[in-house]
Amino acid sequence: MFEFGIPVLSAFVSLALAAIPLLLAGANPIAAYGQMIKGVFGSVFAISEMLTRATPLIFTGLAAALAFRAKLWNIGAEGQLYLGAMAAVAVGVGAFDVAGFILIPLIIVFGAAAGAAGMAAPTFLKARFGADEVVTTLLLNFIILIFVQMMLEGPLQDPMGLGWPQSAPVLDQGMLPRLMDRMRVHSGLIIALIAALVAQFMLARSVWGFQLRAVGENAVAARHAGIKVKRSLYSVAIISGGLAGLAGVSEVAGLKGYLTADLSPGFGYTGIVVAMLAGLSPIGVVVAAIFIASVFVGADSMSRAMGVSSFLADLVVSMSLLCVLIGGFIAKYRIIRADKGNTTS
Amino acid sequence: MDILNILLSESFWAASLRIATPLIFGVLGALLCERAGVLNLGIEGIFVVGAMCGWLAVWLGAGLWGGVLVAALAGAFFGLLHAILTVPLGLSQHVSGLGITLFATSVSYFSYRTALPNVSSPPRIEPFQPLDFPVLADLPFFGTVLFQQTALTWLALFMVVAVWYVMNRTALGIAIQAVGDNPDSVEAQGLSVFALRIGAVTAGSSLMALGGAFLTMSAFDAFFFGMVNGRGWVCIALVIFASWRPGKALLGALLFGAFDALQVRLQTQMGAAVPGQVFLMAPYILSIVALVIAARSADYPRALLTPWFKGQR
Repeated sequence: MFEFGIPVLSAFVSLALAAIPLLLAGANPIAAYGQMIKGVFGSVFAISEMLTRATPLIFTGLAAALAFRAKLWNIGAEGQLYLGAMAAVAVGVGAFDVAGFILIPLIIVFGAAAGAAGMAAPTFLKARFGADEVVTTLLLNFIILIFVQMMLEGPLQDPMGLGWPQSAPVLDQGMLPRLMDRMRVHSGLIIALIAALVAQFMLARSVWGFQLRAVGENAVAARHAGIKVKRSLYSVAIISGGLAGLAGVSEVAGLKGYLTADLSPGFGYTGIVVAMLAGLSPIGVVVAAIFIASVFVGADSMSRAMGVSSFLADLVVSMSLLCVLIGGFIAKYRIIRADKGNTTS
Repeated sequence: MDILNILLSESFWAASLRIATPLIFGVLGALLCERAGVLNLGIEGIFVVGAMCGWLAVWLGAGLWGGVLVAALAGAFFGLLHAILTVPLGLSQHVSGLGITLFATSVSYFSYRTALPNVSSPPRIEPFQPLDFPVLADLPFFGTVLFQQTALTWLALFMVVAVWYVMNRTALGIAIQAVGDNPDSVEAQGLSVFALRIGAVTAGSSLMALGGAFLTMSAFDAFFFGMVNGRGWVCIALVIFASWRPGKALLGALLFGAFDALQVRLQTQMGAAVPGQVFLMAPYILSIVALVIAARSADYPRALLTPWFKGQR
């Protein structure tokens, strides 16, 4: 029960706490919440916008959830997202002018591979030199973003773009199909849901998933049990990075159509919150991503209507992470107390 | 010979020390936390809070030193929050730290936007001016490099000595180091593991916030979104490079500052030949290289990342 109770409770507590900044900003919280709900669920368009926002968060949430299960701290999903997006653009804007059923898989494979390479490198530095992956992945985020800016002013710049730092558009047949007429929600969402299902199955039912969980629980014990710890870490690094790369692919080839240096408003970092809210469960990631996306889309709409800063969404998201942490502690404490009661009575 | 000319110029070394100042504060703060056994990934957000609160306090009329105090208190507040989550509650230091960074950053951005809803260009304050020591400022070389820095740079240098003294020459410092290496031994001495760790993390976090305050009150005169730009993460790398010693922390920050100052100068000199981004990337790459070199031999505080509970081994 606690498994689902704590995240849901945390989500509501963090939303309730948002009343404090709302009051400080001089807004009526009840009206603000109403406006947020209307902004997310008030129309088909609103729901489409929310699902569009949730799509990259499912990918980055899965990237964090799988890596964290193995205690591999991949904080670099933001950078890996941009690597995936760059690969998608490199392949998709005209290098291969082939039919869509070839081009789309090509974009997906290259994007995932680029993201995977982006996580394999820091994992190598960790395995070979003992360099902490938290610091290296965080610093790589900055390096990769500057690299994207360089590419957008160089080889990847749109020759027809009047000098703007943006890439040429992805070929029409390379774009992931939209799911509804005149709505922005696209089939990247379907890929994300399939990825979540596959990840859930692999984690719970496969030898790979078992080994990964064993390494995360106790790497020394796992090694004694004959599990190849480094191989397990590399495999989860590649899959985690690949999923983050797919977030970039889906944003470029599903939504925007071209690459700019402001493609992601921190989807990589928000993915960490999504994963924690989901209790590191892949199916939970889908639910958590929808919640977080609702907060962002709702806050945007509330901000436009009431003039309260949309940074409110970032506040709610960060508070939900702290709440779920504390909630996990309370749940653990209560379980211990119940056990004690059983043994003494 | 261009590089030699740069390396011999006074302005280059003055800039190096200026760029190093926020990092000195940040590395010292991270050092204090980690020596007590707590990794503080809240550093990036605490930099932002220090930058915003310090600046806002001055803008509201608190005076420059009032701003410094407000920044330090704000940093201490978020540090205390991190300490409570990770020390008595024993929660994941990685996740809590990232949570603090996200929380502190969004609190800062939201407050800034709420306090100043309709400004197109960020309002400016009158920042710290370079201290002009009467005779010393006229010395060749050192006059420019050392004796024309602002008071916050001097405070940073003083903090290096202060942290070194406390850590190595006082009973408190020995206790802080012990609590990061072997908390059971501290408990056996009748000292409180929780109090020592919470105190070290809180004090370290207020030092980090001063690094942020330097950005808005000395390096620049206004607050921008994204102005901290990874400086906190660089400090986490530098503290490993410095093997948790204040003297080496100063050296690491100065090397980083010198490298950053050099890349800016090379960028202007080499102009069109190399894309400017290559130089912008270089300091972050240098941090990773420093980490890779130092990691194998790094003598981590032995109880780093390990929560401690009474009566549990």
